[in-house]
Amino acid sequence: MTITAAVQAPPAGSTAAGTPGAHRRRDTLLRWGFAAPAVLYMLAFFGYPLVRNVVMSLQHYTPRSFFTGESPFNGFDNWRAVFDNPLFTGSLWHTLVFTLGSLLGQFVLGLALAVFFSRRFRLSGFVRAVLLLPWLVPMVVSAVVWRKLLDQDTGVINSLLTNLHIVSSPVPWLSSPGVALLSATLVNIWIGIPFNMVILYGGLQEIPRDLYEAAALDGAGAWRTFRSVTLPLLRPVVTVVLVLGFMSTVKILDLILALTGGGPADSTQTLGTVTYQLSFQELDFGQGAVVGDILILVSAVFAVLYLRFNRANLGQGK
Amino acid sequence: MHLLRRRPPASVAIATATALLTVAGLAGCGNVPDPGTITVLNSATDTLEHDQEQKFFDVCAKPLGVKVRQTSVPADQVVSKALRMASSRSLTDILELDGSDVPQFADTGGLVPLKNTGVDVSGMSGSAITMGSFGGTLYGIARSVNSLALIYNVDLLKKAGVEPPTTWDELKVTARKLTHGKTYGMAFSATPDADGVYQFLPFFWSGGGDEAHLDNGKGAPALQLWTDLVHQKSASSAAVTWNQQDVNDQFIAGRTAMMINGPWQVPVLSEHKDLHWAVAAIPVPRAGGTPVPPIGGTVMTVPQTKDKQRQGTAAKIINCLNERKNQVAWGEAVNNVPTRTSAAAAYKARNPKLGAFADEVATARSRTDRVGAHWPAVSDALAGAFQSVLTGRSTPEAALKQAQSRATAGE
Repeated sequence: MTITAAVQAPPAGSTAAGTPGAHRRRDTLLRWGFAAPAVLYMLAFFGYPLVRNVVMSLQHYTPRSFFTGESPFNGFDNWRAVFDNPLFTGSLWHTLVFTLGSLLGQFVLGLALAVFFSRRFRLSGFVRAVLLLPWLVPMVVSAVVWRKLLDQDTGVINSLLTNLHIVSSPVPWLSSPGVALLSATLVNIWIGIPFNMVILYGGLQEIPRDLYEAAALDGAGAWRTFRSVTLPLLRPVVTVVLVLGFMSTVKILDLILALTGGGPADSTQTLGTVTYQLSFQELDFGQGAVVGDILILVSAVFAVLYLRFNRANLGQGK
Repeated sequence: MHLLRRRPPASVAIATATALLTVAGLAGCGNVPDPGTITVLNSATDTLEHDQEQKFFDVCAKPLGVKVRQTSVPADQVVSKALRMASSRSLTDILELDGSDVPQFADTGGLVPLKNTGVDVSGMSGSAITMGSFGGTLYGIARSVNSLALIYNVDLLKKAGVEPPTTWDELKVTARKLTHGKTYGMAFSATPDADGVYQFLPFFWSGGGDEAHLDNGKGAPALQLWTDLVHQKSASSAAVTWNQQDVNDQFIAGRTAMMINGPWQVPVLSEHKDLHWAVAAIPVPRAGGTPVPPIGGTVMTVPQTKDKQRQGTAAKIINCLNERKNQVAWGEAVNNVPTRTSAAAAYKARNPKLGAFADEVATARSRTDRVGAHWPAVSDALAGAFQSVLTGRSTPEAALKQAQSRATAGE
């Protein structure tokens, strides 16, 4: 109702010029009218499930609850059980290593490629487009392909490495607990490079050319120019890339499930896979919700950082 | 194959599920089922299988004057889909569950005991009855069941001059003799999921292992056998990453001479005309022992829908599907062994090549018989045990001790 009224308001206002007070009221109404669909959508599809998930983490929620509708509150029992679970403590470390490793690798390689392609040369656009491909492939497909490539006995990577005499015996990429997390991180870096490259490339294009000319006139070398001109001006974009990268990496699930299934010997279990295992394999939805909550909390912290930074950015903008 | 199914992050899934539930709840009031249509939820997402199922349903539904509509979702999503349907009171008239999921569902009170519906199970094998039961009550019945056996490459064994092994010691010796260059003697799946656990159970159980007391000492030799095979390099250490499909691929490519696998691989194996394979029973710890493989397959259950008449119609359809002739035809269509004892005999006579499977389901055991609704936790714990032993992180005894405490952690 509000929406229709608000949308019809402007033509009515233009014919009968109301008092300033009525005008302001109509403005406010109009503003809310436009915001209302988005607010309702957010409340229904983000607010409600979010609250529900938090409530669920305090309930004994089992398959029986779906039939009976009964899910008694059990205080912090789920939380205690999750924190006592060695699987969870292990997954915290794996998530940390995986996320930081992925971010570092994606960012450094993405930036290097972005800087490289920001020079103009033949086929630059074409090669850039090709490099974008990993990003377009669904995550699960990439994971399945990489699983074949990294297979210890029949994988292309190992036959390449052994034929070139780089390694003497096949590397157990996915079958050794000591190596699997590294392999998963490497695959995720491969997947994330295009995103970093594209955003950083865009950022580089924004830097005025004449600054580089001035730097050159001042006698700055390539490294000095990069450090004193490129990096500082790129900082807003860098923050965005890192924050978004963090949020998508910390909750990773599909890649790990398809690549290693959390194994071998739980060495690649992350918060995402533990939530999945608790909720959908052991059907303990309460405990699964606990890990989900923790993930939401971690992401929320970074979402706030991102919003704050974005606002600061817009504030000082043109 | 199941790896290709995209699974959304759990938090998102929960969020979406809850959101959908709200919407479904609001719309649910006007949702009256069509009296002329019986609905089924199953995992027949494969087009061929879906169409085949439909044919059997149509034949059985026609005399009753109704139609059957299938809803098919990937196997690992049947449970969560059914739970969502349950909370919006929109469960189908027939719910086809994996045998290992029956206790979870029966425990919720969401299934009707089959004897109350008029489903006739006389003449069905004992193992099939156990698979569909929970707490002594029968909730679901399988039309056909499967198990695991030793599938071997006839040519490679002949070349090495060996017979298919029947005991664990023979298995180790034979596997070593069959290992040459890029070909391993033996292959199995040891992934940390249902695939790996299903493959480990024949060894674990045949050795005397007990899923209710993982650390009673009887299960350790099975873990030792798997480790020995990997350590003597007769089996690849990459088994911890191979699902059953991967194991089959290795076998077809000639990279392994023997493998543990199930009859659902038969269509793929048969496509390769120059590959000569045969089926033998899974080797046992000592000569003369009986292998105890797990029984697998899907069972048809009747959910509580509060509509006695529809439940009756569903039961009639299930009865028709389980008639001897239909069971044999269905068993041959999906390469599984019929559950009606007389149908199983007919099936074995007509498919001698798969005789080993038909024999094994007679001694096969249900995964949930002893631990019931607790099975998912036990399964995860067992997977943790063989993974940590195969990757050298733990000894068999220590791994099973750890597994037992993990399986009972939530109690």
